[in-house]
Amino acid sequence: MKQFAALFEAIDSSTSTKAKTAALAEYFASAPPEDAAWAAWFLTGHRPRQAVPTRRLHAWAAEAAGIPLWLFEESYDAVGDLAETIALVLPDPQGGDEAPLHTWIEERLLALRELGEAEQKARLLACWASLRGTERFVFNKLITGAFRVGVSALLVTRAIAQRFALDAKVVAHRLAGEWSPTVETWQRITSPDEMETRAAQPYPFFLAHPLEGDPARLGPREEWLAEWKWDGIRAQLIRRPGQVALWSRGDEPIAGQFPEIMADAPKLPRCVLDGEVLAWKNNRVMPFAALQKRLGRKNPGRKVLEESPVIFLAFDLLEFEGEDWRARPLEERRARLKDIVHSIPGGSVFDTSSQVRAPTWETLAVARSKSRELGTEGLMLKRRGSPYGTGRTRGDWWKWKVEPYTLDAVLVYAQKGSGKRASLYTDYTFAIWKAGELVPFAKAYSGLTDEEIREVDAFIRRNTTERFGPVRTVKPELVFELGFEGLQRSNRHKSGIAVRFPRMLRMRKDKAPSEASTVDDAVELLEAHLDRGQTT
Amino acid sequence: MAGAGGPTAMLVTPTSRGLFCAAGDFYIDPWQPVDRAVITHAHGDHARPGSASYLCAARGKPVLQTRLGPEASIEGVRYGETRDMNGAKVSLHPAGHVLGSSQVRIEHRGEVWVVSGDYKLDPDPTCDPFQPIRCDTFITESTFGLPIYRWCTPEETFARIDAWWRSNGQAGRASVLFGYAFGKAQRILASVDASIGPIVVHGAVEALNRGYRECGVALPETRMVTDFEAKKDFAGALVVAPPSAQSSPWLKRFGDYSDAFASGWMAIRGARRRRAVDQGFVLSDHADWPSLNRAIAATGAQRIFVTHGHTAPLVQWLREKGLEAHTMKTEFEGEAGAEEPSTTPS
Repeated sequence: MKQFAALFEAIDSSTSTKAKTAALAEYFASAPPEDAAWAAWFLTGHRPRQAVPTRRLHAWAAEAAGIPLWLFEESYDAVGDLAETIALVLPDPQGGDEAPLHTWIEERLLALRELGEAEQKARLLACWASLRGTERFVFNKLITGAFRVGVSALLVTRAIAQRFALDAKVVAHRLAGEWSPTVETWQRITSPDEMETRAAQPYPFFLAHPLEGDPARLGPREEWLAEWKWDGIRAQLIRRPGQVALWSRGDEPIAGQFPEIMADAPKLPRCVLDGEVLAWKNNRVMPFAALQKRLGRKNPGRKVLEESPVIFLAFDLLEFEGEDWRARPLEERRARLKDIVHSIPGGSVFDTSSQVRAPTWETLAVARSKSRELGTEGLMLKRRGSPYGTGRTRGDWWKWKVEPYTLDAVLVYAQKGSGKRASLYTDYTFAIWKAGELVPFAKAYSGLTDEEIREVDAFIRRNTTERFGPVRTVKPELVFELGFEGLQRSNRHKSGIAVRFPRMLRMRKDKAPSEASTVDDAVELLEAHLDRGQTT
Repeated sequence: MAGAGGPTAMLVTPTSRGLFCAAGDFYIDPWQPVDRAVITHAHGDHARPGSASYLCAARGKPVLQTRLGPEASIEGVRYGETRDMNGAKVSLHPAGHVLGSSQVRIEHRGEVWVVSGDYKLDPDPTCDPFQPIRCDTFITESTFGLPIYRWCTPEETFARIDAWWRSNGQAGRASVLFGYAFGKAQRILASVDASIGPIVVHGAVEALNRGYRECGVALPETRMVTDFEAKKDFAGALVVAPPSAQSSPWLKRFGDYSDAFASGWMAIRGARRRRAVDQGFVLSDHADWPSLNRAIAATGAQRIFVTHGHTAPLVQWLREKGLEAHTMKTEFEGEAGAEEPSTTPS
């Protein structure tokens, strides 16, 4: 417990991702496997069923502290965290305890649940009496669950990959979903044999390029297939023998966040599907904000599942019955995809995207203008007969969005606003990638809800790395989709690009900073912009 | 002490100008200008300019003069020396808060009241230790009046600060420690292990250091940033600065540094995180919960008035222990750093 508490302190007192990862890697290197398994389990957001009811924790802590319950509640109010309040009010411990983490959890913490009230109380008070400051806080956190300590599953993944010289993607997959914190699991997670895990790896996602200007440049309309471009989370569903996995475009396993998809996945034959996870209700897509509620939330509760149900809208078939289908023509892949999905008995959360049937570019443009009403971002144009490409191969897939210009950028600087926002950080500078470096390219002030502003403000305060007068440099972690009216080249900007009327369209919690746009993306938009300037 | 008649008239009452002693015709730490002000200590919320005359502990006079300006008429009295003010016997006694901080004892017609000002019971090499005074009515602060506030000993805290400073030095970094410029900063200076490295202070801290040295408080050698030429020269130094410097460009000169905040509020994780510094050291010049209870019990007072801080819970707690306790509303603020960063400029 001591060692784990020390790890917690190291993580909690640092705002640097690098330092946190190093502390984790060091812990995983030195902790016995029994402990490491539990540590990884808790730090990736798992929690056991609460061993002691909250009401009893309040009452017993107050009693042990020698204060009336109302004064304990006042204290809880001031602290805002039950585990910490208990740790703070209890009398000083009577001597230490050297038992390792797994003993504390398996023999003491979990054992509490089975006991009658009197015995439970006696054992819990004994636990409290033998733990010091931070250890006591950590122990209480393990009881009350929600062990959120400023460590993401991604950091844990990185630390394990670093310590055991593994591919982070392999580790991410091994840590995804439900697993029990045993020595055997830990050995599987840290196993040098990557082959078995690779069986669940996704294919590289094929990405579309933005289409600006006249689509007629693409050639005859008949050569293209049009679909709505949905505003969800791009994902690959893998259904192989003994394997069901769901990967986001950021190569993050997201199965745990979408249990309804995982529940229906076994109804599919062996295959790999490419598609979009969408929040969907009453035959209609819900705003992205609804889907956002599902992100980062492992084992969502019934309320969230009911409020923001999701579907998997498949648009491509990459593998079928063990065979790689990516080189086959688009129409063949789509036809088989429809067969597969529509022959699931009794229906499922799976559906397929349908074609937008408009015979000419003009009629298609009219259809596209209805995008917003349908809750889509525009159209996808895919060349008939084309294979499923790799990465950003240009030419076969185009996204023809309604919003003229958008880029995904990373928040790097922040400054306080004025007027009623004077106490909040609301003025942001965003950066995009250029030769492996983030370069600032736009400032934006508007577009977020008050709730989002507060969330970003709190993030900024926790993640400030430098201050220059009123300006804070922020750890590059949050990705926003920015929209703007136009763009042009500029020597005054480090990025070489100047944008007109930038605004925040939304936070992209589903995107890692590494997935933000590049200067090349911006140049591409710029050139398209010039094209459009000439044609209109 | 108290006459036979049970609770008697108020010797000290809160008014719009401050705590007023009608019998002695003076105010204690008034927040508006008055004719005669008795000052418990020179922190801004207790010592405000504009009054015609001030009385304070002799040990606190140099600092109070610095604070109020050379024109202010200030009289210093020795701790324990009794003054007759309009028939009331008034004396000042060490409160252990900062240099020259006092409790005000007022005796009138056999009734004794003590106004605590701000106080702490923990040892502090820069000021005289808190002295318990028996009284009938005690007016106490309650900045940290909840059982979650329990300080570890100053030795433990300073061992942590020293270790942090030392390891930063080994990593070639400066250590920037934020603490209130008056009191906290000098307590830090006098308590750290000055052999670890050079000590640099912000101008606001040095201005107060002069008053301390004038009173014979031993402080280690301190330097100003102007004594250094290059960023790298600050490596290994301890920089003591007021919290207001936290977001200022003044810090840029230190190059690579680790920062920390020294305050009682640092006992709470949420406050530590909101401060956005690398380290939070729990170090307060106010009494923690056990000290408040000890101090109150030591006065023997049967009636307690609770001012600034967690007044309501402390009042309720004292009542349940059988004491007569009330809230007394003042404009004192307690420990700097209490504010939520989201509602005030940082």
